[in-house]
Amino acid sequence: MSKKTVKLMQGNEACVEAALMAGMKFFAGYPITPSTELAEISSEKLPRVGGKFIQMEDEIAGIAAAIGGSIAGLKSMTATSGPGFSLKQENIGYAAIAEIPLVIVNVMRGGPSTGLPTSPAQGDVMQAKWGTHGDHAIIALSPQSVMETFDITIKAFNLAEKYRTPVIVLTDEVVGHMREKIEIPEPGDIEIVNRTVPGPGEDYLPYRLEAGDIVPKMAPFGAGYRYHITGLFHDETGFPSNSTENADIMLKRMISKIEDNRDDIVMFDEFMMEDAEYAIISYGSTARTVRNAIKTLREQGMKVGLFRPITIWPSAEKEIREVGRKVKKIIVAEMNMGQYVQEVERIVKSDAEVFHLGRANGEVLMPSEVVQKAKEVF
Amino acid sequence: MTSEIVQKYFRIENLPHIWCPGCSNGVVTRALTVAIDELGLDQDNIVVVSGIGCSSRAPGYLDFNTLHTTHGRGLAFATGIKLANPKLDVILIAGDGDVSAIGGNHLIHAARRNIDITTIVFNNNIYGMTGGQYSPTTPTDAKGTTAPHGNIDKPFDIAQLATAAGATYASRTTAYHVNQMVKYFKDAITNKGFSMVEVASICPTYYGRKNKSGSGVQMMQTLKNDFIDRMAYDKLPEEKKAGKHLMGVFKNITLPEYTAEYQRVIEALQGGESNE
Repeated sequence: MSKKTVKLMQGNEACVEAALMAGMKFFAGYPITPSTELAEISSEKLPRVGGKFIQMEDEIAGIAAAIGGSIAGLKSMTATSGPGFSLKQENIGYAAIAEIPLVIVNVMRGGPSTGLPTSPAQGDVMQAKWGTHGDHAIIALSPQSVMETFDITIKAFNLAEKYRTPVIVLTDEVVGHMREKIEIPEPGDIEIVNRTVPGPGEDYLPYRLEAGDIVPKMAPFGAGYRYHITGLFHDETGFPSNSTENADIMLKRMISKIEDNRDDIVMFDEFMMEDAEYAIISYGSTARTVRNAIKTLREQGMKVGLFRPITIWPSAEKEIREVGRKVKKIIVAEMNMGQYVQEVERIVKSDAEVFHLGRANGEVLMPSEVVQKAKEVF
Repeated sequence: MTSEIVQKYFRIENLPHIWCPGCSNGVVTRALTVAIDELGLDQDNIVVVSGIGCSSRAPGYLDFNTLHTTHGRGLAFATGIKLANPKLDVILIAGDGDVSAIGGNHLIHAARRNIDITTIVFNNNIYGMTGGQYSPTTPTDAKGTTAPHGNIDKPFDIAQLATAAGATYASRTTAYHVNQMVKYFKDAITNKGFSMVEVASICPTYYGRKNKSGSGVQMMQTLKNDFIDRMAYDKLPEEKKAGKHLMGVFKNITLPEYTAEYQRVIEALQGGESNE
């Protein structure tokens, strides 16, 4: 049996623990509540393992330096909350087009603007998908617990490296600050993925996709390959290209590397869905409220189940479609005024009637509200 | 025939460049490669970073590890690269708008940290790429496409700004004074800390036309005539000081460098652990 270390820990703390086990060697960020513990703990621990922490002058610089760290070959992370997430958007797009592995943690709080510091919210779900300008694919993962924060942070680094892409860990104030028991596995029991790098003396084109690879190999700067990285559309050489034909090929490859690998990227969880006639779709800390409500509703004889996306983007399209075909009605419960519900509606179309239960006033949804809504619409 | 310098350090296949006739960006970019060549630096070990703008396209023509980033953010990316791998020689190429407007915050903080990055500012006093809008270094009363009635802003002195913020090396030269420029580049790259060389440059297409500054050649003449070494300036009689701009070395001192200081923290912690 593999050994596990049991600890009582905060979500933000678990995130850093996992990042370090995943191989994070670089953190750059800017203080913002409720994400500050990520920076604080990283600053304490990284130099102990020969890693680097830097507090930058603003949020934009935080992500820019983290991208720089990744280009120099280190697994990098930055962390923020609402206002800072908005500021980071341009460079999220940079990491997407330049295909730089990076983990961005957004501990969601109430917005817009300075909003409700620092009450919980899930209002950045659509921003995670479309916050940066232009077409791109993105990966965003949302944990419901401290243990899951640990697991998906490892996964986030692995996906970032495997698909050469920014990955967003979309947690929230509840999960970030809550303390729970977690079981930390031994390092050897964790799957760690590293970016593929060109072999010595290899004829290297930085954006050429080799047969059998998912993404082009990535050489760290200074390893002798002397190549160019730009936020402009570029061809296999990495140099800018104005060719519309090339832009088409490149954009489609950037999007399909994620969209075509949904089976590998998409994680979800189900609770009492086997015989469900009604479903509630919920994610992050809100899903725990829903789980509690479902127990109550089941006791009262209502056949209702929970479908919980863990991978928010790309969405669990296939599975959500199946939920829509299986049940008559769906409630999407989330701490916002109606965001992921739009994605659910898009997917299930007329297969099931979709309702929304949401709030963005800084209070979490209570199980009684979910029960009430279910009784009202189911 | 291309010169040996161009053959060795430029990506010939990417030429001709995008810059206008009369632009001084080529002169400055070439001078950088001469400085690197004279210092005998390892080409594989050099990282040239830029933001957005005309001068920021220079790294694409240079055969090093080159990174063309987002507008104003070059120094923040460069900071990440340098801290992640302090062995690399990191050079930033930036325009006046890029480094002192949208990227001004990154400039003062990189200087404050004294991180070993050499920043070369191609200061042409205008936003060239977007068509001639006034920048933070456009002189008061000069014209730009967004200052059609004359600029009422007061210009930044970028080299002095870097000095005040904590740069351990800061100097200014012009695109005309090529030999001095090469020397300054070498001194800046050699300095272990944040270094800035501001190169007064020309943009005949936008700044020149709007302000009736004449051709590229005439604008080069103006650089030659108007810039004077700061030491020589002090000795000028008052009546001859009007209209003169200062060049020369503003700062050249040694202070602890950021990545070296971080390395000390790592070594202290790891040394501490091994004693347990």
